[in-house]
Parts: sequence; C-alpha cells; structure tokens
Amino acid sequence: MTTRMFGSAIRRREDPRLITGSALYTDDMTLPGMLHAAMLRSPYAHARIRSIDASAALEAEGVVAVYTSADAEGELNPVPCAWLLPNSGLVVADYPSLAKDTVRYVGDIVAVVVAETRYQAYDALDLIDVDYDPLPAVTSPEQAAQPDAPQLHENVPGNQAFHWTLTGGDVEAAFANADVVLHEHIVQQRLIPNAMETRATLAHYIQASGELTVWNTTQNPHILRFVSSAVTGVPEDRLRVIAPEVGGGFGSKIAAYPADFITMLCSKKLGRPVKWAETRSENYQATTHGRDHVQEVELAATKDGKITGLRAKVWSGMGAYLSLAAPGIPTILHGLMLSGVYDIPAIQEDVYGIHTNTTPVEAYRGAGRPEATFMLECLVDRLAKELGLDPAEVRRRNFIPAFDNGHPVVTGLTYDSGNYQGALDKLLDKAGYQDLRRQQAEARENGRYLGLGLATYVEICGLGPSQVAGAIGFQGGLWESAIVRFHPSGKVHVFIGASPHGQGEETTFAQIISSELGVSPDDVKVVHGDTDNTPMGWGTYGSRTTAVGGAALAVTARKIRDKAKIIAAHLLEAAVEDMDYEDGKFFVKGSPDQAKTIQEVALMANVAWNMPAGVEAGLEASTFYDPPNFVYPFGAHLAVVEVDPETGQVDLQRYVCVDDCGPQINPMIVEGQVHGGVVQGVGQALWEGAVYDEDGQLLTGAMLDYAIPRADRLPNIEVHSTVTPSPHHPLGVKGIGEAGTIASTVAVYNAVMDAVAPLGVQRIAMPFTPERVWRAIQDAKEA
Amino acid sequence: MKVQLTINGRRFDREVEPRQLLVHFLRDLGGLTGTKVGCDTSQCGACTVLLDGVAVKSCTCLTVQADGCQVTTVEGLSRDGKLHPLQEAFWNKHGLQCGYCTPGMILASHELLRTNPDPSEPEIRHALEGNMCRCTGYQNIVRSVKEAAKTMAGGSQ
Repeated sequence: MTTRMFGSAIRRREDPRLITGSALYTDDMTLPGMLHAAMLRSPYAHARIRSIDASAALEAEGVVAVYTSADAEGELNPVPCAWLLPNSGLVVADYPSLAKDTVRYVGDIVAVVVAETRYQAYDALDLIDVDYDPLPAVTSPEQAAQPDAPQLHENVPGNQAFHWTLTGGDVEAAFANADVVLHEHIVQQRLIPNAMETRATLAHYIQASGELTVWNTTQNPHILRFVSSAVTGVPEDRLRVIAPEVGGGFGSKIAAYPADFITMLCSKKLGRPVKWAETRSENYQATTHGRDHVQEVELAATKDGKITGLRAKVWSGMGAYLSLAAPGIPTILHGLMLSGVYDIPAIQEDVYGIHTNTTPVEAYRGAGRPEATFMLECLVDRLAKELGLDPAEVRRRNFIPAFDNGHPVVTGLTYDSGNYQGALDKLLDKAGYQDLRRQQAEARENGRYLGLGLATYVEICGLGPSQVAGAIGFQGGLWESAIVRFHPSGKVHVFIGASPHGQGEETTFAQIISSELGVSPDDVKVVHGDTDNTPMGWGTYGSRTTAVGGAALAVTARKIRDKAKIIAAHLLEAAVEDMDYEDGKFFVKGSPDQAKTIQEVALMANVAWNMPAGVEAGLEASTFYDPPNFVYPFGAHLAVVEVDPETGQVDLQRYVCVDDCGPQINPMIVEGQVHGGVVQGVGQALWEGAVYDEDGQLLTGAMLDYAIPRADRLPNIEVHSTVTPSPHHPLGVKGIGEAGTIASTVAVYNAVMDAVAPLGVQRIAMPFTPERVWRAIQDAKEA
Repeated sequence: MKVQLTINGRRFDREVEPRQLLVHFLRDLGGLTGTKVGCDTSQCGACTVLLDGVAVKSCTCLTVQADGCQVTTVEGLSRDGKLHPLQEAFWNKHGLQCGYCTPGMILASHELLRTNPDPSEPEIRHALEGNMCRCTGYQNIVRSVKEAAKTMAGGSQ
C-alpha cells in the first residue's frame, strides 16, 4: 500500500494550518518588548544627500531611535553580490544598506525609524527632513549603456557591471552561408514578482549572549544566515535564521536585502526585538524585479527550415545595485540555454549587465530561461512564416532526437534526457491542432482573428553540481541535504536544508519516505526553514528542491534501509545477504511471514538492547547530495487566442500544455505548479509590466497600476504530461516549478502574432494591452 | 475611541485610534493573525472578513466602523474542530499553495455561496476577481468553490 504513495495525488499535509488561519508568517510574530521599524526611502531615482535632520522625528511620540548611514558605519558591511561571473569584467559597486551620500533608485533607504508601534514609526517618517540634490537618472539598460548616459557608480564606467560572452561553433560561417537570416528586437519588460506576502524581518538580538535570531520571509534561510553573518559580524554559530510560513517568493525572496540588515542592526543597538514588514508600495519599489532585457537576435537557417546559427546581443538591466544572484541570471541561466530543444551548430551571445536608476533585478520565476526560450521560439515561428511552413513542422525539422542518457549542445551543456518530438506530438493530439488550424482558416474568412501559438522548451534546473557552481562564479555550493530520524515509536522526522514556501514538499517528501521505507506519510514530519535544527542547504529556487533535495532524501532513506536490514537480519538470526525487503518489512528470502517491520527495527535501534556487533544505536542517516548534472525538464505548449481588431482586446481562449518532469511524486501538486507557472507567464504576455518615467519614478507603484492576472481573465489550463526519467537522479525526477512560466509567455506571444499576421502586423511590444494591439493594427494598415 | 466588537463569538471592548484599520485591530489587538495584509490599495483581498455576515476587505474598513458588529475571520469558520465545507474543499482540490491569499479567498467564496449557492464557473471567477492569488492560477480555487457549493447544497437538504 505505502509503496504506491509515490505517484499518488494525496492531499497536502501543510494545508490544515493554512486553511484555518493558524499558520504563522513573519509578520504574524510578536515578541515581548518588540519594537517596529519603518524605512525612509528615497523619493528620487538619483540624488546627492546634502543633509538629514531627524530631530523632529526623534521627539515624536513612541519613537525610540532614528538611524542613518552614519550609525551603520563599522557595523554593517556592504550588501554582497554572490554570483561573481568569471571572465566578464565584473565590477561590484558598493551597495550600502543605508545610502551614504547618494541615492540611486526610488526606494533606496536613507533612514530607519524604530518606534513602539507601527503607526508611530510610519508617522515619524514624515518628520525626517532630507535635503536632496537631484541628479539626472536613466532607467533603460540600452540607454544607460550609451556614452552620455548618467553614471551611477564611480567604479563602474559606462554603467557596465559585466560583459559576458558565449561562443559555440562557427557563427560567422553560419550566417555567411545562410539562405535565410531573420532579425528580431525584443523587449523583455521588467516585471514585479508580487508574492502575495510582502517581505518582512523580525530580529531579536540578545546583548548578553551576542545571539541574534532572525525570522525572515526568505526562500533560503541558510544563505541568509551566511550572508547576514558576513554583513553584521554576528558569528554564524550565534545567528539563527528562521523562515516560518513564507507566502510565495518567485525569486524575490532569494536575496538578502538592506532592510533585513538594518532591522538586525536596530535590534543589536537597542537590545530589543525589532520587526519590519514591508508595505505593498514598498515591495514594488524595493523588492527585486525580474527580466528587463533588451534583446537583438538574429537567426540563420537553410531554405528547408533547418536552423544553422543564432546570434544575440542583450542589454540586461541590473537596477541600481547587483542583487545577490543577479549576474548569473541573464548569463548562465540564459545564454547557455540558447540551443533550446534544437541542435543548433553555432551560437554566439553578448550580454551586457547594465546599471540603471531602478530597483535591483534578481531571479524571477524561470529566471533567464523564459528570456532564452522567448528569443528562440518567437524566431522559430517567424522562420515558419518566412518559409510558408507550419510552426510544428519547423520544430520537427530541428528537434534533438529522443535521448535517455545525455546529449551535448554547442553551448557546453549536456542535457540529461529528452523526447521533444514526443511532447509536441502529444500536445498536437490533445489540442486537436489540425482541427484548430481549420477553425482558424474559417474564422479568417469571416473576419475573425484566431491565433495559435506554439512553444517548445527545455530548461535547466535542479541547480546543480557544486563544482560547476564554482566554475561559473557562484559563491556557494548547490548540493542539498537531508536527515532522516526514526523515533522509537516508528514515527519519522525529516530535516531538510531547502526551504519550501508553497511548493508542497512537506507532502511530497513524506511520500518519498513512505515509498522508500514503507511508513505511512502521516507518520512523517518534514522540518525545514530553521537553521538551528536543519542541516545546511542552499534553498528553494531554480526548481531544485525536489530535483536536488529529493535526491538527498532518497539516498538517505536507502541508507536507513541498509542499516535496518542489518538489524533485522540479526533479530531474525539470518545472514544479511539472505534478507529481502518489501513495503516496510524485512524478511528472509522466501519467508515473508517471518518479517520484522521497519517500526520494530526502529524500536530496537533506539533501545539498542539487542544490536548486531559493531552497529551503532539509533536509526538515523544523513546525506549531503551533490548532483552529477543538472536536470532538464521539457515540454510543448499551445495557446489559442482571438484578437478583436476593433478594440485590440486579446481573448485567451484555450491553453494546452504537455510538460515532462520525469516521474511525478504527486500529480496534483505537479498540476498546481503548472497552472500557476503558466498563468504567471501569461501575465507577462498580456498584462504585466513595470513602468518608470524618465525621471525614474515607478509609475506602476501599486497593485492598482500593475496588472497581475485575476480569476476572471483566464481559461482553464489543460494539463498533460509525458514521463522521461532523468538518468542520474535516484528517483528519476526533474523540477516543475518554473516550467509553465518558461513556455507560456512566448506561446501567447506567438498566438497573438499568428492572429494578427493577416493584418500585416510584424511586432508588438509586451504586454499586449488593447491599446498597443490596436495601435499596431492601425500602424500596419497605414504602412 | 471606545469600541465593542464581537469577533468569532468573543467580545472585545477596546480603546482605539479613530484611524485604525479593522485588519490591524484583528491582528494586533485581537491576536487573530489569520487575516492577512497583502496590499495597501484594497486590490488583493487577502484581508477579507465577514462583517455581520457580509464580506468586506478589512483594510478598507476602520475599526470604529465595525463598532457593535459581529466579525467572522478565518479562525472562526471551523466549529468544534470540524472544518467548514469551504476549508475542506480548498484542501481536497489543492486550492492553495503558499496559503497567504487563502483566508481571504475562502471568505470571499463564502460571500459568493451565501448570495448564490450554485454558481457557474464564470460566476465563481467573477466573484473572486477582487482576490488575488499568485500561486495557483485560480483553477483549483474555482474547483474548490464548486466542490464546496455541492457539499453545502447536500448538507442543507
């Protein structure tokens, strides 16, 4: 029974506390004597600070302290960047938690107020008088790279934080010999992640012992401890980070932020617990954004539709400072994926990481891979149109043939396993593609504009082998850890270093233990998020928790099984090699009736009255699992839209997808990840976009102005899958958290472009608001 | 100002600032942190509660406006350890991931089923357009509400 838990759509074990309101998120915490912090943020995108007068604020009721950069001198080291890309000329500009003499984006922190209540802290912000001397600002990465652009940092000439290049194959020859060369200018607009829970920190420093406990909305508590120790000087053994319930992240809760360190500093100085919780407007200004690429791409192909080369230049906006992992996103996670699901013999890319007077940019769901998939997939559709071929046929002509144990691509990666044609075939079948094409032709005859958009993708996730992490400049490891502990009663604790925050691993990891060791998932408690009681781990992002942490857990479970078998053999007075195991029971081969259950073995191991010679007491094991390769999930998606040429309104009518993340531990959770991922990518295509004015004011500064997908604007997502196991993962599984987002933006883009093709429209910038689509149609009419 | 509220059946007599938002009363004075704050412009619906049985966004309501009222928060939905059919349905249908929007989503759904016990899918989607979720893509929330409607209809027969 329990062995079938792997693959069962069981209800989530985390839900009872979440549906009853008993779960505690960071801002739900209160400690005795707790104070409240509020950050004074710059209203200017670029300015010198002439002076700060906090005297009135200090007089205000309830105010305990006001701190500025002078108070952080010698107490807070700069906010670090942890992805130091080699061979890219990377320069890391000084990133102070509290701005010293210059502010560089709207939201840069100038001062902090600590008061007895949150209302008092916010009231006092208005009483601080800051004299600014405004400077010219720049917000577009392409413009910031121009010679006459305003300069953000003295040590970063031309605002260029790095210039990363990738070359594989003979690109010059590919373009010289091409029958067809297509060019595309793509703006991957800046996005605001919008986790429903904004960021928060509660810091409690005990001056007597020098111990600091931090509750934080982080995706990676162990990284936050490591970084916070470096910034605040509190030794790691006295620094405890707890990620309690965390309300979504999507990449925006990877980085360690200035406000976190400032809150820690306040508690250190005052010796009292201090809580800071961001408002949504603050979140829009100061929590990291995503994407922000300007891309110039060229594709070379033969007249038969075979892609022979890809060449790109990308200006990637970094914002005002380099966030923790920022340099790796538009480079390693983007450029290396430019071969996609195709065998492209020659690829070259130049990526310029450019500072602008905007909020720092970080990973955002998909992180680099949606931007790579977009480039390729929109050009593949262009190629199909150019050659008069169906987009599905062009893909077929270029796919890497099915493989199950490694396929190298020209960017230097070796994909683990894939069957791209298989995924596309299933998609076309499930969607009724030929029928849809017929409907489209009929609709066009009736003056209606239906569009079909395909996207096929492969993504790199399950980050990753630590040796590779070192080689690509990531200043950490990328392994994951697990401890499995059997209690005398046979109940199990699992402690993991990763830190899920909505993805459901408390359930899927219990299912892994259940299927590996024959205990009920109800008897397994998965503990995560507290650096004092979990082993070191690198966190939950990049679809890696199950892909790496799940592997760590499976290996640990097998260690437990091996030890239990030795103990069971001893109890049955049999030789270990004569023992068999099935579904939580150990028995002599051929005699399943005379079995010792895993629970019986756990009891004996814990009381240790009768153990085999040389075997330690206890039934516990741990693993630090460093994967031999990344995993490469893949799939094929189709969007069906109708565009109203009179209004420019885009109606997303159907969305069908086939995703392959290998064997699924819990199909219900996989489907949920796909739903959410697809909708987030659809959001980029149709509605979302952060807009700054030329002075660097964030015009989309609240949920009123930034349109995230709502329930009434979406069709049901039709979710299908194929199963291609990863050859190197102990359970064969790959990641699924980002897949939907990686494919769906360009699927919708291609669908809209397909719909308006008969109207002569060549290009529309995302998001496809009715006005933009309508204008593009009008412009095409005039042209 | 002096106010008197009954929250989930428990009476609270308190002195509050006139400007205090109901959501802050619930969370900071009531100790009921199930109700969440997700935005500052009344867009996201995470703070939805029932005021005299009717759903309101408690970030758009002053505590003094709720003086003398009955408030129901997510903590008050289950009775005698038994989950409300909506809670049960959100659990069964995977209607939540990170859980942050869930209390508001459940109470907004409660409002829908109060006024329309057998809603169609478009009606459910329309009724929930003022509640944002970034994790689920809403599809399983819609399924959850459908299941709850079915259960509640069965229960009343």
